[in-house]
Amino acid sequence: MTMTEVRPNTVIGTRLLRREDPALLTGEAKFTNDLNIPGALHLAVLRSPHAHAKIKSINTKAATALPGVVAVYTGADLKSMWAGPMPCAWPVTADMKAPQHFPLAIDTVNYVGDGVAAILATSETASRDALDLIEVEYEVLKPVVDLEEAMTDNVIVHDELGTNKSYTWNLKIEATEGCVEEAFANAAFTVSERYVQQRLLPMAMETRAVAAVPQPFGGDITIYSSTQIPHILKVMTALTIGIPEHQVRVIAPSVGGGFGSKLNVYAEELLCVGLARKHNVPVRWVEERSENAQATIHGRGQVQYIELAADKNGKLTAVRVRIIGDMGAYLQLVTPGIPLLGAFLYAGVYDIPHAYDFSCTGVFTTLTPTDAYRGAGRPEATYAIETAMDALARKMGIDPFDLRKRNFIQKEQFPYTAFSGLTYDSGNHLAAAEKAADMADYAAVRSRQAIQNVPSATKRLGIGMTSYFEMCGLAPSRVLASLNYGAGGWEAATVRILPTAKVQVVTGTSPHGQGHETSWAMIASEKLGIPAEDIDVLHSDTAIAPLGLDTYGSRSLPVGGVAIAGACDKVIDKAKLIAAHQLECSAEDLEFAGGVFSVKGSPDRNMPLAAIAFQAFTAHNLPDGLEPNLEAQYTYDPPNFSWPFGTHICVLEIDIETGQVEILKYVAVDDCGVQINPLIVEGQVHGGIIQGLAQALFEEAIYDEDGNLKTSTLAEYLVPAASDVPSLTTDFTVTPSPTNQLGVKGIGEAGTIGAASTVMNAVIDALSGLGVTHMDMPASPHHVWLAIKAASSAS
Amino acid sequence: MIPAAFEYKRASSAAEAISLVSQYGDEAKFLAGGHSLLPLMKLRLAQPTMLIDIGRISDLSYIKDAGDHIAIGALTRHMDIEKSALLKTHVPLLAHAASHVGDAQVRHRGTIGGSLAHADSASDLPATTLALGATYVAQGPKGERTIAAKDFYKGFLESSLNADEILTEIRVPKMTGAGWGFQKFNRRAQDWAIVGVAAWRNNGSSGVALVNMGSTPILATSVSTALTGGASISEAAELAAKEAAPQDDLNASREYRIHLAKVLVRRALEDASKK
Amino acid sequence: MKINITVNGTSHDGEVEPRTLLVHYLREHLALTGTNIGCDTSSCGACTVHLNGESVKSCTILAVQADGTKIVTIEGLSKDGEMHPMQQAFMENHGLQCGYCTPGMVMAAIGLLNENPNPTESDVRQGLEGNLCRCTGYHNIVKSVLAAANK
Repeated sequence: MTMTEVRPNTVIGTRLLRREDPALLTGEAKFTNDLNIPGALHLAVLRSPHAHAKIKSINTKAATALPGVVAVYTGADLKSMWAGPMPCAWPVTADMKAPQHFPLAIDTVNYVGDGVAAILATSETASRDALDLIEVEYEVLKPVVDLEEAMTDNVIVHDELGTNKSYTWNLKIEATEGCVEEAFANAAFTVSERYVQQRLLPMAMETRAVAAVPQPFGGDITIYSSTQIPHILKVMTALTIGIPEHQVRVIAPSVGGGFGSKLNVYAEELLCVGLARKHNVPVRWVEERSENAQATIHGRGQVQYIELAADKNGKLTAVRVRIIGDMGAYLQLVTPGIPLLGAFLYAGVYDIPHAYDFSCTGVFTTLTPTDAYRGAGRPEATYAIETAMDALARKMGIDPFDLRKRNFIQKEQFPYTAFSGLTYDSGNHLAAAEKAADMADYAAVRSRQAIQNVPSATKRLGIGMTSYFEMCGLAPSRVLASLNYGAGGWEAATVRILPTAKVQVVTGTSPHGQGHETSWAMIASEKLGIPAEDIDVLHSDTAIAPLGLDTYGSRSLPVGGVAIAGACDKVIDKAKLIAAHQLECSAEDLEFAGGVFSVKGSPDRNMPLAAIAFQAFTAHNLPDGLEPNLEAQYTYDPPNFSWPFGTHICVLEIDIETGQVEILKYVAVDDCGVQINPLIVEGQVHGGIIQGLAQALFEEAIYDEDGNLKTSTLAEYLVPAASDVPSLTTDFTVTPSPTNQLGVKGIGEAGTIGAASTVMNAVIDALSGLGVTHMDMPASPHHVWLAIKAASSAS
Repeated sequence: MIPAAFEYKRASSAAEAISLVSQYGDEAKFLAGGHSLLPLMKLRLAQPTMLIDIGRISDLSYIKDAGDHIAIGALTRHMDIEKSALLKTHVPLLAHAASHVGDAQVRHRGTIGGSLAHADSASDLPATTLALGATYVAQGPKGERTIAAKDFYKGFLESSLNADEILTEIRVPKMTGAGWGFQKFNRRAQDWAIVGVAAWRNNGSSGVALVNMGSTPILATSVSTALTGGASISEAAELAAKEAAPQDDLNASREYRIHLAKVLVRRALEDASKK
Repeated sequence: MKINITVNGTSHDGEVEPRTLLVHYLREHLALTGTNIGCDTSSCGACTVHLNGESVKSCTILAVQADGTKIVTIEGLSKDGEMHPMQQAFMENHGLQCGYCTPGMVMAAIGLLNENPNPTESDVRQGLEGNLCRCTGYHNIVKSVLAAANK
């Protein structure tokens, strides 16, 4: 037995460059629409130009006659193809109302973009030309565009439901009955605010694309899709079309961003599969950008009413929240649950007595369905509590940072059971906030502001902050059960050591930009003591990684990454039995470090994992009854959510003559527990912040009164470019999560959750001297100007 | 994303382009850089059945000193205007304005003639050349004619250019030491202006034109008249929107545009007093 | 129509419909799928390639307009198995996440440095105004381009 160099376990925490990058940087990576699929027919979908209308007739004759067109189908033609309607996996209440939703509308269209007819053609060009030749006669019905108007049921979207209200979900937590009412009655200060979370378009840079490839004689079908959820898509496709699940294979090739918008089962996926089976040829589809704006889910879309009660010192005593959530025209995969994910975050990071009253009503409108978009319910909640905190500070005449300090949960209080009923794993809000305040030079900015914002000043300085908690790591399956969610929240991993000591890590997560291949290899490397470059990570193909619940909700690391660590443990346990057998000692006498088993006290009696892998493969000399090979599968169901937190601060200047906002400094101190790869963590924070900042300053899905989306291209929907956003100053604190063995928390959404209220608090702060106390997002120059004008005419 | 089908002819001279368009009539459209037309065609908002590509007429790409003015070939690209030493010296306002058109990729393809002929009041160069008192040279079946910029713009995407004419040259008077200011107010750098202002001032005279303040680029003559009459910059700027007829759109109300025009005209004139 | 375009140093004779966009020609006729399509309004820059050495949006140029030109795509940047310094800089500075905007962003960034070899941060931000990225927040893209400029 030779001595093997012991390799120190120091992979986790290093800035390892991403292994994903060379393929993406050279054009070698294949996105779904890059795949060469011989003989594929091209699908095009004719979409409704009306928000609400009855389909009187559809004439497909001219389209069918166009050279290259193979078939044209209406919703009625295809009705028999579906085993059931499109799935909503989250019936949040027992009496939730849901309309039947099919990939093509059958009698009535319910939003601009609702599918009306499907064309199959031998080229994309022919399929596009044929769209112009289908004649549809509509009887136009009244649209329902405004959320509060929808609540009145004056115009009903789905006649068969008799109301626009899909559900009302309540959460009332009271230490003693009636204590919420009491707290408000006895409060020294209260604030009552109304916020609008404007609809946002997710705008992943890759639009959706699908290709379904059937094997006509074998009966199997392979679906390539630009999706975040190959596993869920597999089950749902099987159920919706009535295909035995084991005959469906889903592959997500390189996926160009998702942000929640590809966490869904879409009409076009089902159309491609259904039609590929019907015609026994591959069928593919790629979404145009203007189609993406209408036919891919939207995010946010809420009206929030939040009330805070506080005692004379500003200590919060109760919170009351009413939400109207815009479902859009149909319930997509998890539409109704999105606002409820926020229900647990309206306490913010504050120590508040158990006096909480939350209610959310989901309503239908004749607009594109909403669903998960980066943060999904949590940015909305954080925005409400954090802007309401600033409103309370203004009312009390104290600094908003001071108000936060009076209310922070103290680090000694963790684990802390919040009024929402969930337990926060760990945190240190004061430390993060003070660090951010130092980096932003908070006190100095306040002094400068006092000098700068004189009555004659046309450039007004503002500073705003947000301290947030994020609920990550979706999710403990039992908690999901209590929320009536239709699946569990576990994640699966397999770790397999090959005969040459190379490793395959198989994960049920499905990355689309997060760098899982790099980070997962680092976790396995740390655990196994095998260099990361010898570890391959397999994912996003249900034939290779059959078990998984995919990537969303900042779950991949705190659930999927922990599952990999658990699978490594199982492999090590098995290897230990082989090592003990071959070193002729008991397993208890062995210790494992740096990839090598050695006998405690006799380090020269050792056996590296590499040697054991080969022994496990040859199986020449294994303990009696032990299976050959070194492989373990592990499924991890998290005992709790993970709770990243942090403080963001924005310093900005507003030109009050034009309303233009200029960000001078944006500081973020985030704490996601242990960082696997700080390079990737920083990237996630940067991207998240700019997405949140974009909600605050740029983005808004604008509809006209007829329900037409006026921002359906990237020329009108203002995704900012490098020229339009600032550089960021980021730093971290590290408070490990005590609930998982890696101490990790997740970081995919934190930036977005912190940013919007940070920017808006700074905007209002800059303008408060002019009497402005409220502004809806985005704080576009026009909105800023209007707010200043309204304040000056009110005073 | 895929335009409707069309036929395509490439002209190698202005004369050939004009003869082709006479042959094909109303259905034909000229294609220069294509950066105004092709996006509309991809969304099928424009469906010409014949495109006559004038982008290869190489003798229409030049920037020349012509004594009292600079002569710019109609197919000169925005990037060439932005970088032109001759323009930076003699018409710095135009070189600067060209650097604000679209983005770098657009400026590598888009041409001044294409932009002017498209006659979009939200574009930067129509208003800038209007402020500068430029003259456009058009060539048609009956030969060449010159059109003053102030007579060129007739309505929304509508100019006095006949369907069988192309722009061949833009003549921009030298600024001879005039101060200038250019204000482009937008939400993203790549976007069209919500409101823009091109202005110059030289002793008693001045020129001020507005971007996106009506269906055509607007010459703010009241501002210049007031300045000539001795008004202060602030006073004159209050008259910024006198000639304008702005509309509401996604980014701004009519009222806000009028307000912005006043602020931006003031700032442009203040810059003009410094430069 | 018959066209001839030199792509990444190789001359290609092609036959296209006049309406074929350059990006479709590259992707579908030449199987160069590294150049991506992200929008339909010339807004996002994902399709940026170099035409006669300058960055252009290949979704807003007809293949017939590019007849006789020299095009370089993302696939044409690496030499002798080594990535271009700009590609390396993006990797070293984590200038990409999902990678979809990346080919266009890299081509635009190289075009930017060709015209301005010593840009300031502001120059880089302004110079990339025509390229949208949804993942990175641009921070590390800007850092990558500045790093490449200093190489």
